[in-house]
Amino acid sequence: MNLHEYQAKRLFAEKGVPIPPGEVAMSPAEVREIARELGGKVVVKAQVLTGGRGKAGGVKLASTPDEAQKYAGQILGMDIKGLRVRRVLIDQQAPGIEQEIYLAVLIDRGRRLPMIMASAAGGMDIEEVADKTPDKIVTSHIDPTLGVRSYQSTYIASQIDLPRNLWRDFHNIVVGLYECFKSNDASLCEVNPLVITGEGKLLAVDGKMSIDDNALARQPRLAEMRDISDEPVSEKEARLAGINFIQLDGNIGCMVNGAGLAMTTMDIIKLFGGDPANFLDIGGGAKAEQVATAIRLILSDPKVEAILINIFGGITRGDEVAKGIIQALDEVQTDIPMVVRLAGTNAEEGMAILADAEMETAVTLSDAARKAVAAVGGAR
Amino acid sequence: MSILADKNTRLVIQGITGREGGFHTEQMAAYGTNIVAGVTPGKGGQWFESESGKIPVFDTVKTAVESTGANASVIFVPARFAVDAIYEAADAGLPLVVCLTEYIPVLDMIAVRSYLKKTNTRLLGPNCPGLITPEQAKLGIIPGSIVKPGHVGVVSKSGTLTYEVVYALTAKGMGQSTCVGIGGDPIQGTDFIDVLRMFEDDPETEQVVMIGEIGGNAEEKAAAFISQHMTKKVTSFIAGRTAPPGRRMGHAGAIVEGKSGTAESKIKALNDAGVQVADNPDDIAELVVHG
Repeated sequence: MNLHEYQAKRLFAEKGVPIPPGEVAMSPAEVREIARELGGKVVVKAQVLTGGRGKAGGVKLASTPDEAQKYAGQILGMDIKGLRVRRVLIDQQAPGIEQEIYLAVLIDRGRRLPMIMASAAGGMDIEEVADKTPDKIVTSHIDPTLGVRSYQSTYIASQIDLPRNLWRDFHNIVVGLYECFKSNDASLCEVNPLVITGEGKLLAVDGKMSIDDNALARQPRLAEMRDISDEPVSEKEARLAGINFIQLDGNIGCMVNGAGLAMTTMDIIKLFGGDPANFLDIGGGAKAEQVATAIRLILSDPKVEAILINIFGGITRGDEVAKGIIQALDEVQTDIPMVVRLAGTNAEEGMAILADAEMETAVTLSDAARKAVAAVGGAR
Repeated sequence: MSILADKNTRLVIQGITGREGGFHTEQMAAYGTNIVAGVTPGKGGQWFESESGKIPVFDTVKTAVESTGANASVIFVPARFAVDAIYEAADAGLPLVVCLTEYIPVLDMIAVRSYLKKTNTRLLGPNCPGLITPEQAKLGIIPGSIVKPGHVGVVSKSGTLTYEVVYALTAKGMGQSTCVGIGGDPIQGTDFIDVLRMFEDDPETEQVVMIGEIGGNAEEKAAAFISQHMTKKVTSFIAGRTAPPGRRMGHAGAIVEGKSGTAESKIKALNDAGVQVADNPDDIAELVVHG
């Protein structure tokens, strides 16, 4: 789960990372008032869960409260990469920017440890920096039983040529960021940029944070921060039903058990010239009710012209899946063609249940994909 | 021979009295796995009645090991107790612990990995289907009906996709030495390289099938290992070629972020290491047979 900039920065600040004074607003009038309280010179920033806000015109510097209000009017309601801007963050402008630094704590999957990552080339897309000038990135791994030691922040500070008078403050920021990472079960805490202001102080002017979804059960405060305003209704319904569902652009709906097999089913549809309408994993051991919900979800997408059902039973039983399909067809009248492939546990019992329904069947995944593609009029 | 488990494996089931644990204990026992004990705190002294015989239940793994000589465990407990169960199994000195539990927080797994380094315990999982050595031992949920004894080692991040591939191998008459599911979480106890090394050293394994998916760089690292250390033929499949970037595809680790974790990068690394990567899991058996 990703947090908004304002949420991330507030969590950073709780651990002593310096952030600019600022406030969130949902209307231009509020923005004007906040800008006035902050002294007039502010930055108005769209709060949407995507990168590239600046390039899209979602971040504007204002010199007066009037100007802030005007920009807020332009930014609120704006569409950035398909996401509507519902909130803006109004931050006091940093008193001059001498340098921009990149600083993050994240998980290094390879070493299976948290890692501090920093670069003197802040403010830019860090992937691009890593790609073009990997020597500009400095890393140091954190042993969870030791935490961040001062030699580590000293190493990083010296490698990115941070002025020595800022090393102590920098250490406190790195420690604070790691504390924030650890206590909130984050998978990423990123400050980009961490600036050296005209007054020679360090300030986290932009922040990003991702939370480990598996830890939300023990992080109720963070679970409440989830922004579901842009979550499609179908994906929300799926989430509540315990189904993994992601809407895509194609016309062949898929229902599969298991994430790896669900991705593979999409890949094979593409391989045979078709276009998947969704990723859908009903999980392990799904019951008829869940299967019925999954079919309803797929059918609620008007783009869907055919459905491919691919179940390889292990824990999941073919007869349960078949019952779910029949149940869904009783509830939703549809003439959309379906191709069913059942294998593994109780597949034969399942096929027997489906024998009366008018449904195309397939023995292998390739066979199923070929038939589904033919059902929508052949390869695109 | 085989890797990780065989007919000499003496298994303890952590969470044997739970719904999932009980159901799969029955399945594993029916397959012929030597299950010597179960553990559920507070239920020590009871018996788990399976159709294949009675299994004693203990309060702790330590007492189960002392009484029965168990040398491996499978964990079937819910996420909030699973981390404790891993520590308990390692503390009892078990050389192999298979954790099937899904939704364990990543930072907990980092601590687990750090602790396990100080022990002789190998963890498989979490969030994995376990492993099966055909006609010898089934530690987890891979269906016994789709495997057959043979000489292909299978290692995979995915569950049902593994079944798909193993089923295709069996249908072509290509039996397996051992099938291992390492799981799809970002931090795993055992990774591709660990298993590839075991297959390379196992005289019964003649070639290997490796099934990967988008996210992370475990496949790229495995490719480097294969080109440097593997003499046996490896064939592969990578799921998620058509997955859109930035969307997590079910598994906690299956996500393409920016340029990292793409199927293209993995397939290229594997091809460069001399590994054939099938476009379609149905083709893997063909590649294994004819190359």
